[in-house]
Amino acid sequence: MNVWEAARIALHGLRSNRLRSVLTMLGIIIGVAAVILLVAFGNGLQTYINEAFGPLANQLTISKTQGSLSGSGEPKDLTDGDVEALSNSVKAPDILSVTPIVNGVANVQASGATTRASVVGTTADYFAVTDRELVVGEYFDEQQVRNKAKVAVLGPNVVADLFGGDAGAALGKQVRVGRTSFRVIGVVTPNGQQDDVVFMPLGTARAYLLGGGDEVNQIIVRATSTNEVDAAEAQINAILDDRHRIREPEARDFNVLKLQTLLDQSSQVLSFVTLFTAAVAGISLVVGSIGVANIMLVTVTERTREIGIRKAIGARRRAILQQFLIESMMLSGIGGIIGILLGIGLSAAAGVVLPALVQDFPAPVVSPGSVILSFSISLIIGLIAGGYPANRAARLRPIEALRYQ
Amino acid sequence: MIELEAVSKVYRTGAIELRALDDINLTIEDGDLVAIMGASGSGKSTMMNILGCLDAPTSGTYRLDGIDVGKLRENALADIRNKKIGFVFQSFNLIPRTSAIRNVELPMVYGGGRNRRERARRALERVGLGDRLNHMPNELSGGQQQRVAVARALVMDPTMILADEPTGNLDTASTIDIMNLFVELNDAGRTVVLITHEPEVAEFAKRVVTLRDGHIISDVRQEQNREHVVPPDGRTERFARIDPAGPAGPDDATGPVLHKDGGR
Repeated sequence: MNVWEAARIALHGLRSNRLRSVLTMLGIIIGVAAVILLVAFGNGLQTYINEAFGPLANQLTISKTQGSLSGSGEPKDLTDGDVEALSNSVKAPDILSVTPIVNGVANVQASGATTRASVVGTTADYFAVTDRELVVGEYFDEQQVRNKAKVAVLGPNVVADLFGGDAGAALGKQVRVGRTSFRVIGVVTPNGQQDDVVFMPLGTARAYLLGGGDEVNQIIVRATSTNEVDAAEAQINAILDDRHRIREPEARDFNVLKLQTLLDQSSQVLSFVTLFTAAVAGISLVVGSIGVANIMLVTVTERTREIGIRKAIGARRRAILQQFLIESMMLSGIGGIIGILLGIGLSAAAGVVLPALVQDFPAPVVSPGSVILSFSISLIIGLIAGGYPANRAARLRPIEALRYQ
Repeated sequence: MIELEAVSKVYRTGAIELRALDDINLTIEDGDLVAIMGASGSGKSTMMNILGCLDAPTSGTYRLDGIDVGKLRENALADIRNKKIGFVFQSFNLIPRTSAIRNVELPMVYGGGRNRRERARRALERVGLGDRLNHMPNELSGGQQQRVAVARALVMDPTMILADEPTGNLDTASTIDIMNLFVELNDAGRTVVLITHEPEVAEFAKRVVTLRDGHIISDVRQEQNREHVVPPDGRTERFARIDPAGPAGPDDATGPVLHKDGGR
């Protein structure tokens, strides 16, 4: 007997008990669909994070620390000299841009209202580097930075406090930061981290607010690509070690933070969470497979007499084994295929519906791996769950099976 | 040819020993029509199981066409049942929810062979069910179901047709109908072994072997009851052995259909 004959007989068996077959499949369908859907949600979140922060993955932030080892002298500040040295494309070929930042805190006043905000003084490319977007107006340009122009770009919370959240009303107005008036030339969108803020050109901040010489609080460096982040880090260390006369890495008076490291860590956590939810969904797949095993046992018992007839007219053990194994694999395999279609369908539907209900909800992304894996698992389930019942059927003795009522 | 030599079957339940068959010697020649009779408990069911290779004797040898069946393993026994024995059971034992023609095809599914559908169709035509090919068992009368079973028994061209109380669930008319079918098959040269407890059924046989308590108590040849057999006019050719190679044969489906309807 060939496999096609066995498949034909098995299909016939399934069709003669349609409702039962469908209900049994339902267990597998739900399990497979749940695995695919949940993995898709996790994937969607991962994709969302990569898209949101991917452009920042080539960023490195240098900040000042206390040199921890004694004997290396006073820790040195980061200075304009450091910025210039890092901008040297011969010594630092993998560095794309260098953005210095000075910051402080000041009172901000306009139209009778007062609020407190952090002041960030930086260069014109800061906004491109940090991926900050404008609601209205524009950023200061290089000329304004050179001229130490008295212009400011406001964060959304400042606009909320001083102008009732009306960005349009704020544009072109004068705000008083510390003791000096600045013209508002732009308002940025919220990013949830740095919204109580006033941006202004570096020299402006030094001249009118923060005072001080040539020191900077932070330097944001971009590597030429995400693949060159490590090379850029090495070049930063080499240049600053040289300038700050540092002999051992332990004694450094600066710290280089790679955003990529943070991203890697967060995506690792996320993949653990995805794995965990998939495993929970996998439990329903296990329950479904118990259903298959159960129904196959019932089927074999119910069809004992039929098995006796088949054996009497010459079916070998193997033929009976094949028939019931194929039957249970069809149950779980067809259930698996329907589950895959359902899982993909639900993921697509969730991708349309959820972002409409919840703003910025990341659309699920179906991963081919989860589809292949859950289909293979459902086939293996059929094999295992059907194995014992099919074996029991194959071992039945024909006289006893024929006598069974 | 069927040969039983000193065949015994002993069942043990705890300390109790039951000799269902005790030292049976029996030879059935090809082309015979034998009824094995006996009351319940006489050992005739055990006899049927052993003849049908469904059970092995405790001692003694059983040779079917010269093959010592007792020495065969499970797969070989399955093949013997498939190719050398055609079973007809009291309760028809068709596969439910499976069409008549599929049921008749089944032995070929397990035993192989070309032109399955064609051969199954011809076997059904031979038993007068050429117009019921795609009926399900529950759409057929008892007599018709039993004829499907006979067609299934015939289709592999076996050495022996082994019928276990084939008319036990049939009314008188269907009984005569089915018994005629066996007589005609036998006239065409087939060996038929009937297991029965009804004397009226045994009347159709050429030889009657009677069992009691596991022993053969009588073995007689008799004048066959042929009163229901329509005189030969070439019809019996319809039951000539089916050529296993394919549909070609001297007979065809256009021959007169003898049996109008088995069950009513």
